[in-house]
Amino acid sequence: MADIMEIRWHARGGQGAKTASLLLAEAAAMEGKYSQGFPDYGPERMGAPMRGFTRISDEPIKVHCAIYSPAIVIVLDDTLLTTVDVASGTPDDGVIIINTIQPADAVRKKLKLDGRKLFTVDATGIAIDEIGRPIPNAPMLGALIKAVGLLSLDTVVDQIKKKFSHGFRPEVLDGNVRAIRRAYEEVKAE
Amino acid sequence: MGRRLILTGNDAAAEAMRQIDPDVVAAFPITPQTELMHKFAQHVADGDVKAEFVLVESEHSAMSATVGAAAAGARAMTATSANGLALMWEIVYIAASSRLPIVMPVVNRALSGPINIHCDHSDTMGCRDSGWLQIYSENAQEVYDNVLQAIRIAEHPDVLLPVMVTFDGFILSHTAEILEGLEDPVVRKWVGDYESKYTLLNTDEPVTYGPLDLQDYYFEHKRQQIEAMRNAPKVVRDVGKAYGEISGRSYDLLEAYELEGATRVIVALGSTAGTAKAVVDEMRAAGEAVGLLKIRCFRPFPEAEIAEKLSRAKAVAVLDRSVSFGAPGGPVHKEIKAALYGTGCDIGLVNYIYGLGGRDVSMDHIRQAFTDLTTIAREGTPSDGVRFLGLRD
Repeated sequence: MADIMEIRWHARGGQGAKTASLLLAEAAAMEGKYSQGFPDYGPERMGAPMRGFTRISDEPIKVHCAIYSPAIVIVLDDTLLTTVDVASGTPDDGVIIINTIQPADAVRKKLKLDGRKLFTVDATGIAIDEIGRPIPNAPMLGALIKAVGLLSLDTVVDQIKKKFSHGFRPEVLDGNVRAIRRAYEEVKAE
Repeated sequence: MGRRLILTGNDAAAEAMRQIDPDVVAAFPITPQTELMHKFAQHVADGDVKAEFVLVESEHSAMSATVGAAAAGARAMTATSANGLALMWEIVYIAASSRLPIVMPVVNRALSGPINIHCDHSDTMGCRDSGWLQIYSENAQEVYDNVLQAIRIAEHPDVLLPVMVTFDGFILSHTAEILEGLEDPVVRKWVGDYESKYTLLNTDEPVTYGPLDLQDYYFEHKRQQIEAMRNAPKVVRDVGKAYGEISGRSYDLLEAYELEGATRVIVALGSTAGTAKAVVDEMRAAGEAVGLLKIRCFRPFPEAEIAEKLSRAKAVAVLDRSVSFGAPGGPVHKEIKAALYGTGCDIGLVNYIYGLGGRDVSMDHIRQAFTDLTTIAREGTPSDGVRFLGLRD
């Protein structure tokens, strides 16, 4: 199990965490790795708290259950910090990446958390600027890659282009790519 | 050489269906099967397949149209889940008794009520006596491989029975993961052209489907169905072996995972078998004699093979993802118990009902079952032989 990188996404319905959890798995596959991406379907309504999961490994992945002890947690909506235990199961050296305009120490206070490595980025602001809609999933992928490496940024960008070249208008696709690259530059380590 | 793909279980089934390119597909959408047929409909719209795609007004009609097409000599498929399968019920039996080799992916979902869209096996376990073969899938790779094999199994002249390929709703249907797909020409050659021996459209040799069949011959016709099902294990095995030659992945009725020297064994089917394998790996690495018996083919039930595989175990836990209300244990458990009857084995046996309505089964749950088996290996079958895993008190 230690050889599988486990990532848990916390978001609200409509913020694109399902797409992001699958897209990251697909990008990992492009780099020749084994991966799984899956959402935790709840009542499927806009705004309801939801989770997504991504596993990445160099070996085939046998396990098919939710992720309870993720090395990495990504929070797409900081209003979840007080309602959902986003840090649940993370190890002491775990990484938590949060979409927020609050400083990291304020977030830490809110989470009542010791240890862990916190990263913050204004993904919603970036998404509004670059895509014109407050959908923070793409910039959070950029922030993740900067924070933990894991995959190359170009692979993630290529996968977004591949996946959405038919579904998105060119300006929306370009906006998503710019948003990823900006979040990659702007994410702040605590 | 295969193609490395990353697909959800639904997309893996749709990819197999694209390559099979059946003559007729009739379908009605139901979560979590919807994306499967959505993807296949896209292939139809894009001209990737030549299949006649029939959009119907209910699952009862989906199965009826599939039966009609198959009786006319077409290679016909559909897919469904849960309440959709329940609505098909009447025609599900007619498909089997008419000996129509229909292949139907069933994306396992809990039956209402209360309303629940998530995985358990109450839908397919409910029709385990319908005369269909049932093949359960552990992951997206098996979804793909099983659909391709099911065509050859169903259409084999010694069988001529419909086949359900089941896979866990959301846990597999909506999880993207890595699998290897075969090249289109390889699949075309594998499934070949289907020529029905008994088609309604052949006026030179006319046949009747679905006639009145009373005290005179109904019983004899049931006997023929029983014989066809008895022929199926050999065909499932032969097809699984032949599939290994084109894909590198062979299949059998069962999969014995680390059973060599295992004194404590879990029996599971579906995606839970994968989670159990991960636990077995971990415990084996720590020197514990544990193993997994995965049931791939639940219908026909490989009774003798299961009894043989379990014969050296001291304690066995059978995991059931459905309930048989009022019965002494879940459907898998009861059949395992029956398979062991009269074999003279001395095995402590326990049943766990788990995962109803999509309740997650974690590695911790599986570890707990193995821990319980340590006591059961010592003390024998417990008085509370049917337990729950992952249930709140």
